[in-house]
Amino acid sequence: MGIESALGEGFLTTKVDALSNWARANAAWPMPMGLACCAIEMMAFAGPRYDASRFGSEVMRFSPRQSDVMIVAGWATYKMSHAIRRIWDQMPDPKWCIAMGACASTGGMHRCYGVVQGVDNFLPVDAYISGCPPRPDAVIHALMKIQDKIKTEHSVLLDT
Amino acid sequence: MKMTDIGSKVDPKFFKEHQQKLYKSLEDKHTTIEDIDSEDPLNSKMILNMGPQHPASHGVIRLVLQLRGETIEKTKIDIGYLHRGVEKIAENKTYQEFMPYTDRMDYLSPYGNNVALCLAVEKLADIEVPDRAQYIRMICSELARISSHLLWLGTMVMDAGAISFFIWTFREREKIYDIFDEVAGYRLTVSHSRIGGVANDLTDDAVARIKEFITTFPQELKDWHGLLDKNRIFIDRNKDVGILPTEKALDLGATGPVLRASGYGVDQRIINPYSKYAEVEFEVPTRMEGDNLARYFVRMEEMSESIRIIHQCFDKMPKGPIRTNNAKQAYPSKDEVYYSMEGMIHDFMMTDTGICPPAGKEVYHAIESAKGELGYFIQSDGTGHPWRLKVNAPSFRNLQVLEHILDGEMVADTVVIIGGIDPVMGEADK
Amino acid sequence: MSLDLNATLQKVVDGLSDNFSEDLIEVYESCGHTYFRIESTAIVQICEYLKKKHHFILLCDVLGTDRYSSEERFEVLYNLMNLRTQDRIFVKIRLNEENPTVQSVSSVWTAAGWNEREVYDMFGIWFEGHPDLRRVFMPEDYEYFPLRKEFPLLGIPGSIELPNTTPETE
Repeated sequence: MGIESALGEGFLTTKVDALSNWARANAAWPMPMGLACCAIEMMAFAGPRYDASRFGSEVMRFSPRQSDVMIVAGWATYKMSHAIRRIWDQMPDPKWCIAMGACASTGGMHRCYGVVQGVDNFLPVDAYISGCPPRPDAVIHALMKIQDKIKTEHSVLLDT
Repeated sequence: MKMTDIGSKVDPKFFKEHQQKLYKSLEDKHTTIEDIDSEDPLNSKMILNMGPQHPASHGVIRLVLQLRGETIEKTKIDIGYLHRGVEKIAENKTYQEFMPYTDRMDYLSPYGNNVALCLAVEKLADIEVPDRAQYIRMICSELARISSHLLWLGTMVMDAGAISFFIWTFREREKIYDIFDEVAGYRLTVSHSRIGGVANDLTDDAVARIKEFITTFPQELKDWHGLLDKNRIFIDRNKDVGILPTEKALDLGATGPVLRASGYGVDQRIINPYSKYAEVEFEVPTRMEGDNLARYFVRMEEMSESIRIIHQCFDKMPKGPIRTNNAKQAYPSKDEVYYSMEGMIHDFMMTDTGICPPAGKEVYHAIESAKGELGYFIQSDGTGHPWRLKVNAPSFRNLQVLEHILDGEMVADTVVIIGGIDPVMGEADK
Repeated sequence: MSLDLNATLQKVVDGLSDNFSEDLIEVYESCGHTYFRIESTAIVQICEYLKKKHHFILLCDVLGTDRYSSEERFEVLYNLMNLRTQDRIFVKIRLNEENPTVQSVSSVWTAAGWNEREVYDMFGIWFEGHPDLRRVFMPEDYEYFPLRKEFPLLGIPGSIELPNTTPETE
């Protein structure tokens, strides 16, 4: 009905939001903040068996300017936290953050003087993954959750 | 013209004193080049901060390089970006509780670290380990060595420009992960070795998988040799790069494949045979050149030696118990815990108090991990917690070498040299 | 003191007691390794002697320990290796709590550089004559020495800064 019947064959209409969200969700390029053991599992996540390219996320961009999702993989120490925050600040909006593994989420087993007890102390985290280190399937799950989140955003219509 | 007063020209955003001291220390490092024509860009000096987040740096390591054109004049390495204080944690844990932390030190070959801690504690508390457990440990340590070298090969060749290698080595690594998944129940952080033995026996499925891996892997290795050994691009990138002469290697305290590529065949498995390494035959690959290509050959040959060791272990492995039967020294088996009162009490006591080695004893035990000599120094005070536990980390020692061999190299070779040294920051930073 | 030593180590013990009889305090064995406790003032001479005369050319590690006693609180151990006979010895010195200072052995083995920096970082032991004594793990702005026994495991709250979570406008 409506405008589509007037346009005829070969057209479809959608909201700008839906279109941009669809595009964003399927091209969420990760910024691999590989710190420790989880980084090895993150490599496996991008590697041949788990194949993150099925979700449009195979392009690991080490430049913050070209990436959308930061995966903090590993424990964040106080010394490193400043560098992480700087890279986060350099990423263009819209951006999302995954805290991969127990250490990044809460400090995990490393309950000691050098480690920030959870990267959410200085970063806005969208998805937490449990496990030490999480299996690559769990990272893919978190990525799908981020995709769901991206698809429900209203960036154009609402001025937020 | 000497580059002076770098500190005033930079604007650090955090840890200001730390950054200033780092730049000051770079200034103070001895330099011989004095006359610079500042008009010519190939002659002008610059300070390049590489890391702590850099795709080729194999972890969070920061290099502060002073460049003259494309040549590195001086280097300072700033580590500690992963420092969490495992030695402090160890003082607050029982010996067995500390084991999962060793997995997260050298996370490329976790099994070797477990074994290193167990051997040190067993030496300290005088615990006998059954033969079968020792062979299981050896098989898994050698698999861990292969998996560590595979990651090194993939990333190092990727740094030199070949992306597809990473995918091939990761395909093989996934097979090792599957084996560990079957053996220990987890892919990466295994924690399978126990003080006094191992957690559980190899299942038939695991044995079949390992046997399949060791029969198919040599062919892969041969293919990689065929691709890289005579490859002009690879050889040009690696030959005569990052040269480390023997005397310098010894003076700088290099260890593992880095030292062996510099012409000194030190291997803890030979000079201080732990487990059953005295009963298997293997060579220690050694090269004289000391450059990056030599390190490549040493590690590649080590992988085939590991396969050889695993074959022999399967031939010699006896049947029998996998953990010592003394309840004061090791966890009882789960059958005892579930079906007998004593077993449960012993399990509880082991978890609560743990092993109490004699007070005042000191022990140092080193194994040859994938990166080199990995030693644990433990001082006991008679309780279940170590009074002091010190990890002698091979990556820490090799990184110190890196600081010295980068001087005078081209800046484009930095990533290849880091790849050749193969540091793991989780271990170096403790 | 009866020790069951092999020929090389016996030579080391004899050599040290001949040349440094006043500085050698104690020789003992623990779990298969020999430990030499010496006066901290003689560390550089003894290390040079061990390197030149007894071929201990590889310095594997330098480590500190905190004995948490009122006298001679800190210990520094040097883990040396003779690659010819493949023997390992430990040289040990003790230092007092106030102003723990010892001569650096980085002139004997360059490898001591980072290891001594680590001991300084963790225990606050000052190595005189070290070419570049900075903290190696913790940032330079940090005031405490974490591996001292009185330091709490969780650190001292507020002693180290977290990044600013509102980005500065540029």
